[in-house]
Amino acid sequence: MILKQRSILPGFGLAMGFTLLYLSLIVLVPIAALFLRTTSLSWGEFWTIVTAPRVLASYQLSFGASFVAALVNAVFGLLIAWVLVRYSFPGKRIIDALVDLPFALPTAVAGISLTSIFVKTGWLGKYLEPWGIQVAFTSLGVIVALVFIGLPFVVRTIQPVLEDLDEELEEAAASLGANRWQTFSRVLLPPLLPALLTGFALAFARALGEYGSVVFISGNMPMRTEIVPLLIITKLEQYEYASATAIAVVMLVASFILMLVINLLQRWSSSRHLATV
Amino acid sequence: MAGSIALRHTAELTAQPRATTESGIVRWLLISVALAFLVIFLFVPLVAVFAQGLQKGVTAYFDALRQPDALAAIRLTLLTAAIAVPLNLIFGVAAAWAITKFEFVGKSLLITLIDIPFAVSPVISGLIFVLLFGLQGWLGPWLDSHDIKIIFAVPGIILATIFITFPFVARELIPLMQAQGTEEEQAALVLGASGWQTFFRVTLPNIKWGLLYGVILCNARAMGEFGAVSVVSGHIRGQTNTMPLYVEILYNEYSFAAAFAVASLLALLALVTLAAKSIVEWKTQQQLLTDERVAVKESL
Repeated sequence: MILKQRSILPGFGLAMGFTLLYLSLIVLVPIAALFLRTTSLSWGEFWTIVTAPRVLASYQLSFGASFVAALVNAVFGLLIAWVLVRYSFPGKRIIDALVDLPFALPTAVAGISLTSIFVKTGWLGKYLEPWGIQVAFTSLGVIVALVFIGLPFVVRTIQPVLEDLDEELEEAAASLGANRWQTFSRVLLPPLLPALLTGFALAFARALGEYGSVVFISGNMPMRTEIVPLLIITKLEQYEYASATAIAVVMLVASFILMLVINLLQRWSSSRHLATV
Repeated sequence: MAGSIALRHTAELTAQPRATTESGIVRWLLISVALAFLVIFLFVPLVAVFAQGLQKGVTAYFDALRQPDALAAIRLTLLTAAIAVPLNLIFGVAAAWAITKFEFVGKSLLITLIDIPFAVSPVISGLIFVLLFGLQGWLGPWLDSHDIKIIFAVPGIILATIFITFPFVARELIPLMQAQGTEEEQAALVLGASGWQTFFRVTLPNIKWGLLYGVILCNARAMGEFGAVSVVSGHIRGQTNTMPLYVEILYNEYSFAAAFAVASLLALLALVTLAAKSIVEWKTQQQLLTDERVAVKESL
């Protein structure tokens, strides 16, 4: 088996050597440390830690809120991408650039800002309060923060696909008698589906591990509004390294599975995309 | 977004044929809903940062920024970025060179490994360094006996930041260099250029916008990272607080105006990042168009 094709370009040894060294030192060794640390626990101990009520509650919150937030982002992200690609209106270019704000803004800044807006006396909170809707310090607040964080993922994944869609398909559908809704749901949506799912998965993965923007608005009450990253930090501060590691390993495995799913989705999406271009 | 440079052509659809667009009312409705969503989730939080920072007046705003702890936090943030970004830049270029200009077994695995920091939660990213270098960690006792402090000191913060921002430059360069291929480099070598000459005179100019894009994203993330740094820093005032951590401390002490004042600096950084991003995207599109025109001319 040929491990590497011959090439006249120089520098493979140097580049590859440096790459592997840096990668190992910065990424692989630390990650390995995490998994090896958990081997100091027996399976029974591991299971007990991971299924403690407080831990389970935090998993439920993190996974549940991330899922709902990603869903909201999928729907509104599709809408926003559609509006940005298909229509023109004043200020469109600025808004288009601003969609990336959650990606550029430090999470702590987003966290305190969202909290200040949605507390009972906040700019938006005071309108929701008479309706009995409390956002800050509840799981709803967690969802709001996660929606903010995941916003650009869906929009930016759908935009290129939407832009490359063939107008001829729409025109054919229209000439065959479809109304706009039928054209959208039967002709436009299917090619967008891979990109939509990819964006959803990306937003979900990002929301899962999010700490900075959530930890301020959530209120951090154990069993109620405590997200997994916060629980890990609490355990660390109490020097319960084994617990922290065990909880982290579960999250890490979930993240890796998600990474795999996203890779597969992206491959499916790009093969669809290239086929239609 | 992270991935390839936006090769999207901004197709300004003027004078839409009536069959392939919605009625005016539907369009108006969709735009309104989209804008309302964006206003609530983007504009209001952004404006709130600045408004809350200036709540107690402009003098209080600048006073908050002039505090020694604030200045120390700003210095640490800048130092961290100044170390993490160039290192990851060199790595990104090296990795992209190895991956895109050569064919070898295990390429996809390598790309996946490079993406790991993206998949890992920031808190877990900090945790792994504590496990490695903390007092109870693998290297803990050895470091302690040599009186080297990594966790709860600046080196730990820098390490965690390097981990978090690790993939940014590589992820930008890999698709770009892959699309560019190896023909130009091969031509340069055939004409007698050395390896380094080829790199600096042929490859680098081609990738300069992608490189800049990756550096901008890397820098924004390096300066704004909160979760990972929070775990490794120990929150020691004046010493191991970056700007995001300092914002948290101020906020938890109920010094809201001061917290938002420091936060507004970070928000400004974010806006500058967005502007720089837009410029780089625009420049890339321009370069693509000129390349296309040159290609068309040559084919005639």
